[in-house]
Amino acid sequence: MKKQLTIPILLTLMLVSLSIASYSEEREEGPDSMAESASETSEANESVIAFNKMMDVLTHQRCVNCHPSDHIPKQGEDSHAHRFDITRANSVGAATNCNTCHQASNNNISGVPGAPEWSLAPHKMRWEGLSRAEIAKSMMNRKNNGDRSAEDIMHHLTEHELVLWAWEPGVDAEGNPRELPPVPVEEYIAAVKKWIELGAQIPEE
Amino acid sequence: MISFKINGKPKMVDVDGDTPLLWVIRDILDLKGTKFGCGKAACGACTIHVNGEAVRSCSYAVKYADGKVVTTIEGLGTKEKPHPVQQAWIEEVVPQCGYCQPGFMMATAALLEKNQNPSDDDIDKNIINICRCGTYFRMRKAIKKAAELKSNSLLNS
Repeated sequence: MKKQLTIPILLTLMLVSLSIASYSEEREEGPDSMAESASETSEANESVIAFNKMMDVLTHQRCVNCHPSDHIPKQGEDSHAHRFDITRANSVGAATNCNTCHQASNNNISGVPGAPEWSLAPHKMRWEGLSRAEIAKSMMNRKNNGDRSAEDIMHHLTEHELVLWAWEPGVDAEGNPRELPPVPVEEYIAAVKKWIELGAQIPEE
Repeated sequence: MISFKINGKPKMVDVDGDTPLLWVIRDILDLKGTKFGCGKAACGACTIHVNGEAVRSCSYAVKYADGKVVTTIEGLGTKEKPHPVQQAWIEEVVPQCGYCQPGFMMATAALLEKNQNPSDDDIDKNIINICRCGTYFRMRKAIKKAAELKSNSLLNS
């Protein structure tokens, strides 16, 4: 009888000591763990903020007009189809191509925009009609993005003259200044770099 | 100073680099065959070749011509030896008022350098100049004839 009582008492003691040890560990690691968790949350928030700022630009017509989904470049703030029935068939190699009219800089006399390498984005880099997350997924996919790493993408988005043209788009055929993207260029560049630095996380939609 | 070769002759011009090449061609070099139409690279009347590529000279800053080879309608062929495009234009009696025709001929000559036998679709996609007289039908016939003449002349040479 005495032996029968001893076993449950020992088990209870073991459980109590395990609980105390566990509680003690929690108390010892608690603040650090909470700090880590808070830091992760803060980074996640920073990443989402940077992503949205970058996407405010990439979804603007200054960018999307030349990333069409239907092979037809778009023009203007209303993204109408390019005049004169210009299509992807007029890309490099055609007798009448982008550079028949568009040169390496804006022509503020004729109102024709221009920048180095003025051209239509390849079809696999189409953005028109896609959500922000879809654009980001496509942009970071090496099969779609010209085999660019995240760092290559960062350099392309923040340094390429054709991308940065969006903030110096010149005037239209009537002499009116073209609309700028909704984020100043310095803020956009910082946002792209921050988003890439934090792992290029694409928020769920 | 900006220097380039135009119709085989070297030229130097002292103008603001942003001056449209069309103004230099017409007003400084006195070559009046290239026409001013819209001034917005929309109608194609001012089409010329720079390094063999068709460009709209009203919207082409002269600084970009520096060191390059420019050809205007005056340099495409001669009266004695017209370019196949000019010959075809004469044979098909294409022009009506004629104002836009040099631009069409330069655009066509550039097309035939890249595509020796353009289809109707190729013509529609590449010859997008504007003719207010509506000579499009005769031009299409002339473009096909020019392709034939050019290919025959290549065979004979």
